[in-house]
Amino acid sequence: MDDLMTINVELNAWLDQNWSPDHSLVEWRDLLVDGGWAAPGWPRAYFGRDFSPEQSALVEAEFARRGIVGAAQSGPRRLAAETILAHGSEDQKQRYLRPILTGQDAWCQLFSEPGSGSDLAGSSTRAELHGDRYVINGQKVWTTSAHHADFGILLARTDWDVPKHQGLSYFLFNMRQSGVEVRPLRQMNAHASFNEVFMTDASVDSRDLIGGEGNGWRVAATTLSIERQGFSRSRPDGGLKGLSSLQGRVYDEYRAELLIALEPYTWYPQRAGRTDLALPRARQTGAINDPHIRQELAKLLSMQQGADLAAASATALSRAGSNTVSPQGSIGKLAASVIARQAAHVHTLVAGTDAMLSGAASAEAGVIAEILLSVPAISIAGGTDEIQKNIIAERVLEMPKEPRSDTGPFRAIARNSADK
Amino acid sequence: MTTEFNDDQQQFRDVVKRFFTDKSPVSAVRRLMAEDGGYDAEVWQQLGAEVGLAGAHIPQVYGGYGFGPVELGIIAEEMGRTLYCGPFFASSVMAGYALLGGADEVCKHRLLPGIADGSTIATLVLDDLNQVDQSGRGLHGELLASAHTGSDAGSDSQQGADRATDWRLTGAAGLVLDAQVASVFLCVAATDNGLGLFLVGRDEPNLVIEPLEVIDPTRKLSRLQFNQVRAEKLGELNGAAMALLWDQLSVVLAHEMIGGAQMLLDSTVEYMKLRMQFGRPIASFQALKHRCADLLLELELAKAVTRQASHFLASAEGPRYLPSMAKAMASDTYMSLARAGVQLRGGIGFTWENDTHLWFKRAKSSEVFLGSPYLHRERMMTMIQESDCG
Repeated sequence: MDDLMTINVELNAWLDQNWSPDHSLVEWRDLLVDGGWAAPGWPRAYFGRDFSPEQSALVEAEFARRGIVGAAQSGPRRLAAETILAHGSEDQKQRYLRPILTGQDAWCQLFSEPGSGSDLAGSSTRAELHGDRYVINGQKVWTTSAHHADFGILLARTDWDVPKHQGLSYFLFNMRQSGVEVRPLRQMNAHASFNEVFMTDASVDSRDLIGGEGNGWRVAATTLSIERQGFSRSRPDGGLKGLSSLQGRVYDEYRAELLIALEPYTWYPQRAGRTDLALPRARQTGAINDPHIRQELAKLLSMQQGADLAAASATALSRAGSNTVSPQGSIGKLAASVIARQAAHVHTLVAGTDAMLSGAASAEAGVIAEILLSVPAISIAGGTDEIQKNIIAERVLEMPKEPRSDTGPFRAIARNSADK
Repeated sequence: MTTEFNDDQQQFRDVVKRFFTDKSPVSAVRRLMAEDGGYDAEVWQQLGAEVGLAGAHIPQVYGGYGFGPVELGIIAEEMGRTLYCGPFFASSVMAGYALLGGADEVCKHRLLPGIADGSTIATLVLDDLNQVDQSGRGLHGELLASAHTGSDAGSDSQQGADRATDWRLTGAAGLVLDAQVASVFLCVAATDNGLGLFLVGRDEPNLVIEPLEVIDPTRKLSRLQFNQVRAEKLGELNGAAMALLWDQLSVVLAHEMIGGAQMLLDSTVEYMKLRMQFGRPIASFQALKHRCADLLLELELAKAVTRQASHFLASAEGPRYLPSMAKAMASDTYMSLARAGVQLRGGIGFTWENDTHLWFKRAKSSEVFLGSPYLHRERMMTMIQESDCG
């Protein structure tokens, strides 16, 4: 298309003039932001070009082709940025968006609590207005990268006397303050990818309330839908082929940034079951000739094929702009859980008694053992299978909701004893 | 690759759906399943000559409409949804595809137009319906063809100059679909030089057709015995042709199954929204909603693979084990939904009066028809291993 051709020419002319691997990462991203190429899908008023997904994809592909570093991309940064774009005040957009794109500010997501996991609207972190500041008390959990974060998107309760969804507010919260304590949380697979965050008389300026007091649930819904869309994205090469061997200051700094950003996610492919290893391992070990294992392997490959196809048609649907919050996301997530469990089952059958081993003693230098101990996370993280099934049943099959016992003022609802 | 339907295909589906909704209500299914013939000749005539579905996938040069496997899949889904009772699968699909893949050109021109407009009802005779060996060797070998050089039978027939002999078939085929209404039988039989495709008329002496009691009365089966039955050889079926035939039949059957499975999911959920217990619709109970969500997922995956399998037959894009993958997934899904369809209705679901058992029986019969899920997964793995070597 003409339009894409024009963009391509303009982009390459700009890159020819501005790109150099000798920039520092921040210098380069400052140029990118000023040139409007850091987030071309964003509005013109906020560093973007109002590009369509197709146009943005072209820019991304050109960057990848030429081996050029793009804007900072990590998951929580993206969640914060998209939420601010959708609901933020002019002042918030001006202060927060640019350092997100340049990577100067790192973000984390302060949503889940020990007492509110699936029931996210049951948050009992307190936000009380004193003068022009909210004082925050409470505990968050499962916070990825909290120990590196400068800011957090925070869901907290400002009103205890209205129904639960109406008493929540959403804040852009500074992590670098006294009153914030971050502790790593060790998981059953021995990694510590998440943190607990304790807030004791911490505070946030009232101008960092986003979407207005009591509107936190509505704002959080935006964040969650973005999170669901991008559920499976984490690229170890940061989108650049052969990144590890590229020379120049900007690459050095980019590699360092990725190392930190991706560290919590090293086991995520294993969490998804590593279907890609099933067939090669079955061949290599000869297990492929076992009639029972063949059947289980065939079932795994079939489910994977179906899920890949269903995902492709969901993408086609969303590209056609048919729906914003699509239950296809829940179907895909549920499929991923079923596939991961079947993959772990196949890996166990293929490994035989060696499935008792771990680390260097286990197959594929510990990867198989890590699969077996990581798969249980996939049906919990990002919304449990049970919640996905509720969504599918209620939105696709249009089955009625269960009667609720959590209506009325939040103060009166039965909660876990520790939250009271 | 996309498995989305384009506008033409969507319109085609609407037409087909209306036809079967109108012509194959459950009352008709119940009436026809109790009859020996098992089909409504008037509806069959409309389906063949008026709407043109019987020859949808048969090329125009042979009197068909020249649509592809995707449109055939759409027809099969709608038939599966309504449990259409008629010799479509036997005649159009099984016999039609066998002729297209195994008959000589002259024979195709002679036989396919009748199948395409529904005026001929044919069926395919295989001595083992469980045969999914893609090499084509080792059909049970229970149906044998031998060249016959005598002049007693052929003296008054107009044999083509290229056929010096006529043939005799001997043996048995345990399960033949819709033999009770077929006027011609296309038989796959072993010769000294591999498999051949043979034509046998219904009225041949020494051919015994024995209708069987079946679990699914909407799918009539017979046992055929051949004792030196006179046959015309139509062509040869090498390993590749047999493999393709299995692929084609498996994919159409998979479509039929996901159509039936979709119907079961829809009707079961609908019932659950109306059925009140403990003061609320049972569809509001989380335990039951979760079961339905699991079923929806299983069906969506099977549907995606099945539709990709018909795209594969149309375009040869994608892994060649897709047809067997589709057949296995669709069979498993159909049975899951059949079990749930009875269970989630409770006692009423187990009664004759309720319609669920009609689909349950079709699901059970389809599970093993043309190879069980186990066999198709085995076939799939064999193909994967063969591509390792090749």
